[in-house]
Amino acid sequence: MPKDQPEIDLSPKVSDEVRKTTCYMCACRCGINVHMKDGEVAYIEGNKDHPVNQGVLCAKGSAGIMQHNAPSRLRAPMKRVGPRGSGEFEEITWDEALTIATNVLEPIRKEAPEKLAFFTGRDQSQSFTSLWAQGFGTPNYAAHGGFCSVNMAAAGIYTMGGAFWEFGQPDWDNTKMLMIFGVAEDHDSNPIKMGIGKIKGRGARVVGVNPIRTGYNAVADDWVGITPGTDGLFILSMIHELLKAGKIDLDYLAQFTNAPVLVNGDEKSEQFGLFLRDADGKPQVIDRRTGKLAPFDGQGVEPDLSATYRDAGVTHTPVMHMMAEKYLDPHYAPEAVAEATGISADRIRRMASDLARVAFDEAIEIKTPWTDFRGKKHASMIGRPVSFHAMRGISAHANGFQTCRALHVLQIMLGSVETPGGMRFKPPYPKPATAHPKPHYGVTPGQALDGPHLGFVHGPEDLCLKDDGSAARIDKAFTWENPMSSHGLMHMVISNAHAGDPYKIDTLFMYMANMSWNSSMNTGGVMEMLTDQYEDGSYVIPNIIYSDAYSSEMVAYADLILPDTTYLERHDCISLLDRPICEADAVADAIRWPVVEPDRDVKGFQSALCELGGRLGLPGFVNEDGSQKYKDYADYITNHIRRPGVGPLAGWRVGEDGLQGGRGDVNEAQIDAYIENGGFWVEHVPSEAQFYKPWNSAYQDWAVAKGFFDAVQPYIFQLYVEPMRKFQLAAEGHGDRQPPEYLRERIKETLDPLPIWYSSEDENKAEEYPVTALTQRPMAMYHSWGSQNAWLRQIHGHNPLYVPTKIWEENGFEDGDWARVTSPHGEITVPVAHQASLNANTIWTWNAIGKRKGAWALDEDVPEATKGFLLNHLIHELLPPKGDGLRWANSDPITGQAAWFDLKVRVEKAVAPAESQPVLPAIKSPVGKGPKGLKWKVGK
Amino acid sequence: MTQLPATTAKKLGLVIDLDTCVGCHACVVSCKGWNTENYGAPLSDQDAYGAKPSGTFLNRVHSYEVQPAQGEAQLIHFPKSCLHCEDAPCVTVCPTGASYKRVEDGIVLVNESDCIGCGLCAWACPYGARELDQEEGVMKKCTLCVDRIYNDNLPEEDRQPACVRTCPAGARHFGDLGDPESDVSVLVAERGGFDLMPEQGTKPVNKYLPPRPKDAEPEIDILAPFLDPVVPEAKGFLGWLDNALSSMPGAK
Repeated sequence: MPKDQPEIDLSPKVSDEVRKTTCYMCACRCGINVHMKDGEVAYIEGNKDHPVNQGVLCAKGSAGIMQHNAPSRLRAPMKRVGPRGSGEFEEITWDEALTIATNVLEPIRKEAPEKLAFFTGRDQSQSFTSLWAQGFGTPNYAAHGGFCSVNMAAAGIYTMGGAFWEFGQPDWDNTKMLMIFGVAEDHDSNPIKMGIGKIKGRGARVVGVNPIRTGYNAVADDWVGITPGTDGLFILSMIHELLKAGKIDLDYLAQFTNAPVLVNGDEKSEQFGLFLRDADGKPQVIDRRTGKLAPFDGQGVEPDLSATYRDAGVTHTPVMHMMAEKYLDPHYAPEAVAEATGISADRIRRMASDLARVAFDEAIEIKTPWTDFRGKKHASMIGRPVSFHAMRGISAHANGFQTCRALHVLQIMLGSVETPGGMRFKPPYPKPATAHPKPHYGVTPGQALDGPHLGFVHGPEDLCLKDDGSAARIDKAFTWENPMSSHGLMHMVISNAHAGDPYKIDTLFMYMANMSWNSSMNTGGVMEMLTDQYEDGSYVIPNIIYSDAYSSEMVAYADLILPDTTYLERHDCISLLDRPICEADAVADAIRWPVVEPDRDVKGFQSALCELGGRLGLPGFVNEDGSQKYKDYADYITNHIRRPGVGPLAGWRVGEDGLQGGRGDVNEAQIDAYIENGGFWVEHVPSEAQFYKPWNSAYQDWAVAKGFFDAVQPYIFQLYVEPMRKFQLAAEGHGDRQPPEYLRERIKETLDPLPIWYSSEDENKAEEYPVTALTQRPMAMYHSWGSQNAWLRQIHGHNPLYVPTKIWEENGFEDGDWARVTSPHGEITVPVAHQASLNANTIWTWNAIGKRKGAWALDEDVPEATKGFLLNHLIHELLPPKGDGLRWANSDPITGQAAWFDLKVRVEKAVAPAESQPVLPAIKSPVGKGPKGLKWKVGK
Repeated sequence: MTQLPATTAKKLGLVIDLDTCVGCHACVVSCKGWNTENYGAPLSDQDAYGAKPSGTFLNRVHSYEVQPAQGEAQLIHFPKSCLHCEDAPCVTVCPTGASYKRVEDGIVLVNESDCIGCGLCAWACPYGARELDQEEGVMKKCTLCVDRIYNDNLPEEDRQPACVRTCPAGARHFGDLGDPESDVSVLVAERGGFDLMPEQGTKPVNKYLPPRPKDAEPEIDILAPFLDPVVPEAKGFLGWLDNALSSMPGAK
C-alpha cells in the first residue's frame, strides 16, 4: 500500500441485530431484513430466503426507514374541534376515543346496523376487518377493489378460478414469450421485475401492449402503443386469426374447458343459452367414446368439441361452435379493428402468428406423469410457453370485465393456463367462482350479518336487493346496475351516502383510504359532500371515523381519528384466508411484528378493532361472559379459528405428531415460530402437482390436506360464463326477478356470456373531448404515501402532464409551458412535458404525486402542492348527462369497477398560472411540519 | 495533485445492463440507505419536507428518450455512479490527496478527513458522479461498497455492493473487469459492453451493456403469410374442426 493510501475498516460491524418482517411500502409484501442499531431502525434490505422477493428490494422498500421516521406520523387519537375539513383537532386518550366510537356505534347496531358504512382502503387484513363488519351486522363493508382492479380479479375467477398477481403468475422459468397488457409498475412490483430480468437473461421475448412506453414497456422487445380502451378488440382480433388458422389447442379445450358443453339453442325457451344439465345439475357433453350425453366430469368421459345434440326439436350446440361463429365474424378481422386500436392489420397478424408459433411449434414437455379428475392418466405435461400479465390498464375501463375475460379466453385457447411455460396459479388458487361465498346482506338489529358480505353471484337470485327491489347495500353492489360487483363499490359510498340513495347512513368508518383526495373521482365534489350541512348545521353524513397512520388529506374530514402504527411497529398476518403471497410452486404466508415499539400513543388499527369489538359485544369478538375475546391483533392471529383446523396463519399449527403446516390446532407460540423463520412460512407444491392444478388429482388432494378447501373441487374453465346469460335472460323478460326497464337493453348488450368489446367513447363525449388522459403509478412511489418520504420525494417530486408529439406540435408547446385540460366534468391547468414514446392521442401523468397544502407534514409551498396535480378533478363518478333524464355511473356495467381510464379531455396551451389549478385552501396540519435538514445516521 | 497507482491488482467495477434496467430507482435508494449508515459521513438531505428538497446521492437514474431514424421512440433508463476510472481525473486534480485510487482493487475513494470540500474533483469528473455533501462539507462518491464487499460480518453471498444486491431486474453485475475470465468480463464480451464517453480518455472500469434492438420489423414474405388460414368463416371452421378432431386419438 502506498504511504498516501489510508487504512480503512473493511469489515465494520453491520448492525446489532437483524429483525425480519414484511414490507408495506406497497402491496407486493416482500420479505425485509431490518438492521437494528442501538434499538433503532438503521437499514432495510430484502430477505434472500423470502419467496416473494428472494433478496431484492425496490426503491420504496429501501426507503422504508424514511416512512417509519416520517414527520407526518399521527401521534395520538384526535377529535375534531374545528369545522370538518379544517384540520383542527385535539389530541385525546385512547379510552376517550373508543368511548366516543362506542357511543356512536352502539345505538346504530341496536336499531339499524346498515347505517354504519365500514370501508377499508389498502387494507391487508380484509379477512379480519370483514369479520368485524359481519359481527357488527352491517351489509355495508368492502375494501378498495371496486375502484382498483375488480375487473381483473372477477373476470379471472369467473373464467378460470384465478387471475394474475395474487392468483397466478407467468411460468418465469419456462416461458418463451411474455405479453403484458396495460401494466404499469405495480402489482406485483418486484416479482415482475425479477421475472422480466430472468426472461431477458435467456433471450426470450417481452411484448408490451400499452399506450405509454415507460418502465416495463420501455424494456419490452416490442411495444404496441395501443389506443386506450381497445385492448379487448385487439385480443378478439387475435382470437379471430388463431381460429381462422386452426391454431388453438383442441385437446386442451375439449378436456379442460366448457368448450364442449352443450348449450340450449331454443330461442323461445327460458333455458335459451343455458347449459344442458342432467338430473344432478351437471353440464352435459357428448362423450366421444359413445356418442351419447355424459356429465362433463364423468369418469373416463372424452368430451366432443363438435358434436351437437337434438332433443324434442331443440338443438343443443357446444360452446365451441358458438365461439367459432362469434369470433370468425369479419368485424373482428385485423383490417376491421386496425383503425380503432391504432395497430396495423399486419402487426395484429404478426402478434397472433408469434403467439401461435411459440405456443405450438416451440411447445415444451415435462416428463412428469399425472392423473386427471376423470381418472385419465397422462404420461407428461405439455407446455405452451406463451404467458401474459395484465392489471389496471385494461381493467379500469367500462369494458374492462369483458376485456379481461377476452384475455383469459385467449390464454385458454392457446392451452397456456396451468401448463408449463404459460400462466401458473398460486395456492390456494385455483378456486372457481362456485367455491367462493355468495354475497350476504341479511340484517338483524343487534345481531351479526347472515354471512360474508362479498362474493360471487350466479344469477339474479343472488343479487343484494330488498323486497321492494331497491339496493340493500349503500354502494349498490350486486344490483342490476352492476350485478357481478364482487369487491363492492367503495368509490360510490360517499356520493350515495350524501344523496341518501338508496338510504341515509349515520356513520362512515374508513381505514387507509384517501377518499378526500386521490382515491375518489370528483375530488372537489367529495370534499363538499363530506362537509355538507343541513340548515340546522348538522352534517349530511353525520359521523365520520377514520384510521390512518399518517396525516393524509382524509384526516381533516373525520370527526374522530384512530391513529395507526407504521408497518414496522405492528402485527399483521398475510393470510391464506385473505390476499396471500404464495408462489406458483409453493404455498406461503407471512407476518409483520413490531420490530420497534411505537414512540407515540398509537396502536394497530386491527388491535383497536379488537377493543371496539369487545366494547360493542360483537359476536366473534367477545367471550361467552361478554368480555373482550382478543387482547389485540396478535392474539386474534394466534387464536382465531375460521374453520376446523384453519386459522389466519397456516404455518406451525399443532398436529397429532407435532407442529405442521396447513391444518392444525392453535399454537400459542406460532408468531414466535414465524419470527424465528424470518417472518414467513413456505411449503412446496409436490412435483406431480405443479401444473394442471384445477384437474390434477395430486394437486387437489394436496390442497385439501393443506386446508385450502374441505373437499376436492375439480372444475373446467368457463369460456362461456353461464351466470351472465342468466342476467341476460332476466333482461329478456324471463324469471321473477326483473331488472328495471331502463337497464334491460344495457344488460342484454353487455352481459354477453362470451367476451365482447364495446366502446364508451360516446358516453364520454369523445367527439368534443378527443384525447384520452391516463395515470400511471411510478415504480418508486405508492399511492399518496410517497411524498412524505424524504428520499422518494426527491425522485418523484413533480408530475408534469406528458404530451405526445402530435399534440405537442399542434399546440406549439415549448418546455416550461402549461396546458388547460378540460373534460366534460372539470378543468385543470398544469405544467406539460413532451414524450415521443406515447400513443399519439393519449396524455398522462404520474398518479397521486399532487398533494393538498397542509397534508403529509409538508411545507405549503412544496412542488407537490404548487405544480403537482390530480386528474381526479376531471373525472366524475357519473357519466356526463346524455339527455335521457338519467345519470349513468362511470363504471363497468358488469362489476361496477370505476372506469378511471375512460377519461376523455381537450388540451390547449394556457398562460402559466402561479400554481396548478384548481388551488384548494390549505388544511391545518395536525402534526406540524417536518424538519429542514436530515442527517439520518443511527449508529456511531 | 495526487498520484494514481501505475497499476491495480484488480479492476473492480459494475456492469450495468441497459437492456433490462426498468428505471425503478431501487439501486438509488438502497445505495442511499447503506451509505447513510456506513462509510464516512451520512448522505444528508436539505429542505427534506420543503419546496426544494435536495440531498446527496451516490447513484442516480436518468431516463432519456431516443428517437431512432426509423420506428418508434424509445425510453432508455440510465443509472449512473462513479465509474472508477483507470485514469481518474478526479484523483489527479485533488489538492490534498484525499481522493485516491486503491492499488488492491482500483476503487476510487475519498478520505474524508483530508477532504477540504473544494469541489475540484467534481469539476474534473466528466460524468458528474461526485456530490458535495451540504451538511458535512465533504465530497461523497460511490465506494463500490468497499465496506460490504470484503466484510467478514456479512454472509459471503451479501459481499457485493448494495445496489447490485437489491436490483430487482438483475440489471447490475459486480466483479473484476481486469480478469478476462471473470463473469463480468465474459458478459461484457458477449453483449458488446461499452465505455461511457471513451473520448474523455478516463478509461472507466464500469461498463454498460447496450439495449437489444427493439420493435423488429416483421419479415414480410409474401409467399408465406403469418398464419395460414384454414377456414374463411364459421361454417368452414366446423368442417375443419370435425376433420381435426377425427385425426386426434380416441376418434371414432
